[in-house]
Amino acid sequence: MSLGTPAHAGRIRGMWDFYLTVMRTAVVEQFQYRAANYAYMIGMVAEPVIYLVVWSTVAEAQGGEVAGFTPGDFAAYYIVWTLVRNMNIVFTPYGWEQRIREGHLSGMLLRPVHPLHYDIAYFAGWKVVAIVLWVPIAVVLSIGFRPTFDVSVLDAAAFFFAIWGAYLIRTLFLWLLGMITFWTTRVSALYELYFTAELLLSGRLVPLVLMPAWVLVFADVLPFRWTFGFPIEVLAADLSPAEVGQGLAMQALWIAVGAVLVAVVWRFAIRRYSAVGN
Amino acid sequence: MRPAPRLLSLPWLFFRINALNELQYRVNFFMQLIQSVLALFTALAVLALVFSHTEELAGWSPPELLAVMGVHIAVGGLIRMAIQPNMLRLIEDVREGTLDYALTKPEDAQLLLSIREFRIWQSIDVLVGALVLATAVRWHGEAVGIGGALGFAAAVVLGAVMIYCFWLALTSGVFWIVRMEFIVELFDGVYQAGRWPVTIYPGLLRVAFTFLVPLAFAVTVPAEALTGRLAWDTLLAAATFAAFLVVATRALFRFALRHYSGASA
Repeated sequence: MSLGTPAHAGRIRGMWDFYLTVMRTAVVEQFQYRAANYAYMIGMVAEPVIYLVVWSTVAEAQGGEVAGFTPGDFAAYYIVWTLVRNMNIVFTPYGWEQRIREGHLSGMLLRPVHPLHYDIAYFAGWKVVAIVLWVPIAVVLSIGFRPTFDVSVLDAAAFFFAIWGAYLIRTLFLWLLGMITFWTTRVSALYELYFTAELLLSGRLVPLVLMPAWVLVFADVLPFRWTFGFPIEVLAADLSPAEVGQGLAMQALWIAVGAVLVAVVWRFAIRRYSAVGN
Repeated sequence: MRPAPRLLSLPWLFFRINALNELQYRVNFFMQLIQSVLALFTALAVLALVFSHTEELAGWSPPELLAVMGVHIAVGGLIRMAIQPNMLRLIEDVREGTLDYALTKPEDAQLLLSIREFRIWQSIDVLVGALVLATAVRWHGEAVGIGGALGFAAAVVLGAVMIYCFWLALTSGVFWIVRMEFIVELFDGVYQAGRWPVTIYPGLLRVAFTFLVPLAFAVTVPAEALTGRLAWDTLLAAATFAAFLVVATRALFRFALRHYSGASA
C-alpha cells in the first residue's frame, strides 16, 4: 500500500476517529470519579511539597541558594513537577497481570488496532481531566511557595511538546516493562528496582544538577531524564533555545527506540499468550 | 467494658490465624525483603544527597535525621502490618455488604474490626527501622538513659495509637462515600512527610502534620526522645492529645456505624 492511496487515507481517518472516541470516553469516565481523582492527586502533591521544603531549607542554610537554585527556583521546579507527574501517569506495568489473568487482553486482541493505541488514547484523554483538576492545586501551591518564573512564548510552546514527548516515552517503556509479565508473574521486585532507578536518575527527586557528577553519567544514557527533568526544566529553568531543541530531539530519539523495542518484544510476547477468559 | 483478658486473647487469636495463613507464602518474605532494602537504599541516598550540600538541616544533625528516618521506617511497617490492612478490609466489607457478618458477632464492633488482619512479613520494615535507629543512636554518641528509653517507648505507643485513630476517622468516611480505595495513596503520600522532622515545615503545614495527621507525635517525638531533644511536657501533650483522639474517634465511628444499612439484602 503506497502513500496517498484512498485506502491509506481511510486508515488514517479511522485511527483519528479511534483516538478521538477513546479519549472522549476517558474524559467522561474519569470525570465521574473526580473526588477519587482529587484525593489521589493530593496524595501525589505531598511528594514534591516535601522535596521543596527540604531543599528550600538547605538553600536557606547555605545563604540563599544551593547549586544556583534559590527557594523560588525550587518552588518553580516542583510546581511544574506536579503537572509533569500527572502527564507521566500511564498504564501501570502492575496492570498486566490482571490483563492477562482475567483475559481482558483477549478482547483487546480482537480489535483491528494494536492495544498500545488504546492505552495511549485512553490515558491521553484522562490527562484532560487531570489538567483541569490540577489548575487549582497549582494556584494554591504558587500562593504558598512563591515560585520565580521566567517563561517565554517559545518555552511555553516547547513545554507543550516536551510533556507529550515525556508521556509517550514513559508509556512505551512501562509497556516494555509490563510485557515481562508474559514470561513470569514474579515481577514486583524488578518493577521496584526500575522505579527506584527512575526516581533517582530522572530529576523526579531533585533537579539533576544537584546530583553528584558520576550519577549524571548514568542519567545521560537512560531515558528517565527526558520524562521528568527535561520537561520541567523547559519551563522552570533557563535553558537556551539550543538546549531545548536538543532535548526535544533526544525525546524523539527515545520515542523511536521505545516504539521499535515495543514492536519487537510484542511479537514474541504475544506468542506466549494463551487466551483465558471470555 | 469486657474483662481485660478477653481484650488481649481475641487479638492474639486473630494474630495466630493470620500468621499461620501467611506462613504458607514464604516467597513473600523475600519479596518484602527486596522492597524494604530498596526503600532503605533510596532513603539513605536522599539523606546523603542532602548532607552533601549542607552540614545540618534546620538544626538537625545527620545522626539525628537518621534517627527520624529509622522511626519513620519502623512506624510505617507497624502501620502496614496492623492498622492499614484492617481498615482496607473494613472498606471492602462496607462496599460488598459483608460487614454484616462482623457486626452480628457478639463482640465490640470497633475492637473486632481493628484486629482481623495482620501482615507478618511487614515486620521486616519494623526490624529495618530498628536497625537504622540503633545505628543512628550509636553514631549520635550520647548514651540513652533509662529516662530516654522510657520516653521513647511511651512516645512510640502514643504515636501508634494516634495514627490508628487517624486511620479510623478517615475510614469512617466509607459509610458515606463508598469508593474509598484511594485512601492508601492519600495516606502513603502524606506519611512520606514524616521522614523529615516536622519542625522543618512552614506554619500551616507544621500544624497539619501535628494535629490533622499526627506525624509529629508518631515519628518526630520518638526520635527526639532517643537523641536527647525531648522536653517532657511534649510527652504530656502527646498523652493528652492521644486520649482525646481515642474518645473522639470512637464516638465518630459509632456515629458512622449507625449510617450503615447493610447491603447484603
